[in-house]
Amino acid sequence: MSDIPLPPAGLRPAAARRFHAPTDEAPAARLVLILLAVLGLGVLVLAPLATVFAEALSRGIGTALASLSDPQAWSAIRLTLLVAAIAVPLNAVFGVAAAWAITKFDFRGKAFLITLIDLPFSVSPVVAGLCIVLTFGANSLIGGWLVAHGFPIVFALPGIVLATMFVTFPFVARELIPVMIEQGRAEEEAALTLGASGWRVFRTVTLPNIRWALLYGVLLCNARAMGEFGAVAVVSGKIRGQTATVPISIEMLYNEYMTVAAFSMAALLAFLGLVTLLIKTALEIRHADQLTAQRRH
Amino acid sequence: MVIQIDEISKLFGTTAALHPVSLSIPGGALVALLGPSGSGKTTLLRILGGLEYPTSGRVLFDGQDATGMTVQERRAGFVFQSYALFRHMTVFDNIAYGLNARPRASRPSKAEIARRVTRLLDLIQLPQIADRYPSQLSGGQRQRVALARALAIEPRMLLLDEPFGALDAKVRKELRQGLREIHDTTGLTTVFVTHDQDEAMELADLVVVMSMGRIEQIGRPQDIRTRPATPFVRDFIAG
Ligand SMILES: Nc1ncnc2c1ncn2[C@@H]1O[C@H](COP(=O)(O)OP(=O)(O)O)[C@@H](O)[C@H]1O
Ligand SMILES: [Mg+2]
Repeated sequence: MSDIPLPPAGLRPAAARRFHAPTDEAPAARLVLILLAVLGLGVLVLAPLATVFAEALSRGIGTALASLSDPQAWSAIRLTLLVAAIAVPLNAVFGVAAAWAITKFDFRGKAFLITLIDLPFSVSPVVAGLCIVLTFGANSLIGGWLVAHGFPIVFALPGIVLATMFVTFPFVARELIPVMIEQGRAEEEAALTLGASGWRVFRTVTLPNIRWALLYGVLLCNARAMGEFGAVAVVSGKIRGQTATVPISIEMLYNEYMTVAAFSMAALLAFLGLVTLLIKTALEIRHADQLTAQRRH
Repeated sequence: MVIQIDEISKLFGTTAALHPVSLSIPGGALVALLGPSGSGKTTLLRILGGLEYPTSGRVLFDGQDATGMTVQERRAGFVFQSYALFRHMTVFDNIAYGLNARPRASRPSKAEIARRVTRLLDLIQLPQIADRYPSQLSGGQRQRVALARALAIEPRMLLLDEPFGALDAKVRKELRQGLREIHDTTGLTTVFVTHDQDEAMELADLVVVMSMGRIEQIGRPQDIRTRPATPFVRDFIAG
């Protein structure tokens, strides 16, 4: 403490008042920064979100609910939930496996695998959708064979799941890798010396240690899976009542000037996103120490 | 149990952590692996415990080749440098872990496990802490819990990596005595790693001085002090 320069004794009061910690901004600058942040958030996030709910409820809650219970809307909601229910658990398993491999073993091509995990963040979802169409479409070798055997991928559920999985793959692995690196291998090794099998070590040591980070990653993955538009738009074929997910339906309804229906769906999707955010924030407050991942997404 | 190390070497990529080293540890001995940081002590200990596989050479337990034995089969009570207690488990569950991990046929009953954990907590003189979590313990308490956890599996040997490294001087002195007592009660062949020559000399029956992946001298503390075999040993125990 003694080496912090104190204002010399006998300084005039005005000068003493001017003295403050070097990291403190002047009050005026602070006010401007806060106003900018509030303005940015308000214009870019809060206002649009409020508009979605306002538009959805513009003809009363009854109309909004009626538009959601329309058979095609209901089909879209079911499809979106089904896709998330398949894609998210699979991505959780793949994400845990990838994070486990990267953090617990040394092997050739590790850097390549880490880059590969980030690929879906850097490639446009539309491009990803097109790749799936080209690989599994009826005109491709694999796709043709699959269609002939009654198992179409593109314009059907499997394609939508694949596209969603591609786009949301990084979330779980990216949450887990920093946490697992930070925790090291010592506890796992200790469990092995105590006689536990590899599977038991995973179940009783690794998994409990990463459970909050895993839940967090799964939540983010789920939010993104339900909201994915670009890649799914390409592979789904947008067949109403069959392959149209909630985001796709919103776009189609909006293009047809069905404003209340479009905004009711949008409000539902936004609501699901907000719930996810709430759970995420609650987790963050309670388990901050275990969620030290540096977030780059 | 008699441990023999027969021409063991270990390469990490191209760096040699151990040049071929040989060492015979009599049953029931308390042995110190002494040397500066980076001399290969931890590597040798991990090879004994089955956590690392040697590049060449053999390990023999009671004359039987154990080189290919898995870490689980070795039943070595291992105390890690930073203790590696399971942070999400209570002290009780930490100590009981090895017993719970046994196959059903050889797993003791719940009551028997509780009895053994209580006995181990008495042995380490911490009978009151069964319900605490590792984060609620002092460094010295953690070290003793790690020791109890290793002892719970009824190990064939005890391997300790810098067991006093993370402790302040006063606790260090107390726990040295504690390890000596536990060694004498259990009669287990015990190998511990240290870079502190006082610790090695005071505690061990046999001191193995290592430097740069080689064994410089093996001997009783007083022999090493009075007749250092190489200039390195002389300088190291002087400093
Ligand atoms: N997993 C590893 N990968 C690469 N090098 C290692 C690894 N473990 C140890 N080494 C190297 O082996 C040498 C001996 O290390 P170690 O056995 O930990 O020494 P000590 O325990 O005596 O300090 C050091 O040069 C260290 O850098
Ligand atoms: Mg070491």
